[in-house]
Amino acid sequence: MEALELARWQFGITTVYHFIFVPLTLGLSVLVAILQSFYYRTGDIHYKRLTKYFGKLFVIIFTLGIVTGIVQEFQFGMNWSEYSRFVGDIFGIPLAIEALTAFFIESTFLGLWIFGWTRLPKAVHLACIWLVAIASNLSAVWILMANSWMQVPVGYELVEGRAELADFIAILLNERLLVQMPHTILGGFITGGMFVLGLSAWMILRKKQPEIFLKSAKIALVFTAVASLLTATTGHDQAQDTVQSQPMKMAAMEGLWETEEPASFSLFAIIDQEERTSQRELRVPYLLSVLSHNNLTSEVQGLNDLQAEMEEKHGPGDYMPPVAIIYWSFRVMVGLGMVFIIVAFWGLWLWWRGKLQEHYFFLKTSIVMIFLTFLANTAGWIVAEMGRQPWVVYELLLTADGVSPSVFESSIWLTMIGFTLVYGILAVAAFYLVWYFGRQGAPEEEEGVETNLHTY
Amino acid sequence: MDLQTFWFILIAVLFIGYFFLEGFDFGVGILMPFVSRDEVDRRICLNTIGPFWDANEVWLITAGGAMFAAFPHWYATLFSGFYLPLFLILIALIVRAVGFEFRSKLKEKWWRKTADHFVFWGSAVPAFLWGVALTNIVIGLPIGSDMNFTGTLPALLNPYALLGGLASLLMFTLHGSIFLSLRTTDELKERVEKVSRLMWLPAGLILLAFAVLGYRHTVLFEEIGLVPGTLPMIAIVSFVAVIVFMQINRYGWAFVATGSTIIFGTVVVFQGMFPIVMPSSLSEEYHLTVYNASSSDLTLTIMSVLAIIFVPIILAYQGWSYWVFRQRVTRDAIPRS
Repeated sequence: MEALELARWQFGITTVYHFIFVPLTLGLSVLVAILQSFYYRTGDIHYKRLTKYFGKLFVIIFTLGIVTGIVQEFQFGMNWSEYSRFVGDIFGIPLAIEALTAFFIESTFLGLWIFGWTRLPKAVHLACIWLVAIASNLSAVWILMANSWMQVPVGYELVEGRAELADFIAILLNERLLVQMPHTILGGFITGGMFVLGLSAWMILRKKQPEIFLKSAKIALVFTAVASLLTATTGHDQAQDTVQSQPMKMAAMEGLWETEEPASFSLFAIIDQEERTSQRELRVPYLLSVLSHNNLTSEVQGLNDLQAEMEEKHGPGDYMPPVAIIYWSFRVMVGLGMVFIIVAFWGLWLWWRGKLQEHYFFLKTSIVMIFLTFLANTAGWIVAEMGRQPWVVYELLLTADGVSPSVFESSIWLTMIGFTLVYGILAVAAFYLVWYFGRQGAPEEEEGVETNLHTY
Repeated sequence: MDLQTFWFILIAVLFIGYFFLEGFDFGVGILMPFVSRDEVDRRICLNTIGPFWDANEVWLITAGGAMFAAFPHWYATLFSGFYLPLFLILIALIVRAVGFEFRSKLKEKWWRKTADHFVFWGSAVPAFLWGVALTNIVIGLPIGSDMNFTGTLPALLNPYALLGGLASLLMFTLHGSIFLSLRTTDELKERVEKVSRLMWLPAGLILLAFAVLGYRHTVLFEEIGLVPGTLPMIAIVSFVAVIVFMQINRYGWAFVATGSTIIFGTVVVFQGMFPIVMPSSLSEEYHLTVYNASSSDLTLTIMSVLAIIFVPIILAYQGWSYWVFRQRVTRDAIPRS
């Protein structure tokens, strides 16, 4: 493999791995803060036990989010120095703001929260976890601002071979950001919600403090139901924006080779990118026009026409992303998104009928959902990032032109193997810890008594 | 002062903050296996930095982000040029954080032992490599006309850079030992204080050798001349003050003094380089300076406004967190499990 391929694999591996933990912390931080708020308002010791239980799991997962995040910030410069030179004037701003306004708050107040149960007044201690939750989600906003600019560059001018900032407000209000940010964050809320729901269901099934875990299950159900509906609607907004701003990605998501008017929606296809055809295809007429433009007649451009257009604009080359991966990732994401909506509302209905704790099939399904949320997030991220290929900054810089020229292939091999090994070991350790503490159930707590002054 | 100079100073401040703060938690991580007699001691050591280390590390992340935004070429050249050292630093920071957070979660001996190794190596390796990296920058690297590093790993491991690594390792360890003595009690505190006093002379000799050889190896003293001047003198006097304060049992002041050595030592490095940020050993034409490596004025202006608003706020709440956890960690406070 060449340095370019290796650098891409490394970025893919480290980013997908990082993005296993991040969405979970986005949702889980908010849920822990909600649980502690319930404790603060009601004084019910059950909520304190739940806060400690999910708080402990949150810290384990958050740790992996942090450590894999440092790698992310460093590897732009390490593997993608030419990309960094090209985008730094713009891309660096949200990254620096992220550190200034989010990472400092997260790290400082998480420390205060973990170690501060006895040192801080109750209200201040509660404020700490809320600050962690808000800052975590704020960091997602900033990093998505950076990413949105790579998807749809705005507010720049090309000066001496690099993109320079021309209009900061345009970048802050990038339309791409306004559709991508809520969808990604809400996806994180589903992940956190399903995590709390699934673990609570597991405890109820094991008859481990079911009266306590029924409370967290109910909170998680409401949270997830709202989040899953909104994820679907914001996802729809994002897709409609993609039709306009990145038609090539949209065509790949649909496996649409030829331009259609009206356009049909593909349910199943075996995609052959070399021959530029699909076999055994199952299509629903009109549906893609409806999804793309909210009417029955509009045109949706196909891959072949878009390729010709790109060649005309940017010269000869292959401008198609890997269609089959994007097509199927998109279907996995959307399909799972629908499953999450169904499961959340099924749970609400069971709660309304008073059968939540006795419906074993639902409880078991909830546990499976924990794992499926990660699959959905990864699939969504693959659609967003691979769908932009071969560009690293859409229509401005090719991925191939962004790689570091000074880094040897052998070095990338070494670091890729190194990161993969370390990440693999950490994944096992983290999974084991979550399982181990998950199994134990909520810790014993007495009102007004704090046992763990120091947690390390 | 132009915007480029302002941002050069700000990035220097971020690195100084990082070395000052993470410096002592590196030191605590390095000393933990040596000053602890039992499991409780080890947990005391970890808890002295428990609430702080993560926020300390954010200084590095902010420095990296600020460099990316304000001087993209500096960021790109430095990070791709120091590819393997940075990889080692990253791995070290990863296992260290995991060591802190996962260690006390399970009781098994092998688990905690592994975490201890993570904490030790995860602290020692970056404490050493930051010195190596910074020294290499001031020596000058083979940077070509396209601003990219053209050298190899062995070039980065030259003897003078290794001496720089040893200097930073010892300085951070000394700094950490004094911090540890301020946050512990009884026998552990006494052992730590003994280590601090024993370490002072060897650390001082290495630092002295590093500084004296700096006249020959680096670009730093070209401007300063033979007599070091005010800022280096403050660093030197601070270091001497460390042992004086330790002798009269004023460890709080000794901590201020080690901190001052780190701060002014780093200031000397940054000030000596300015306006160059990455000297090229191939040709003066290829030096990266604050002017040819910087972002546009608009970007720097926006970033300046944000920094002026947020840096004081950050200092305030981070300072408050140190105030909240100002009490010493005692044996009684460590849970029995």
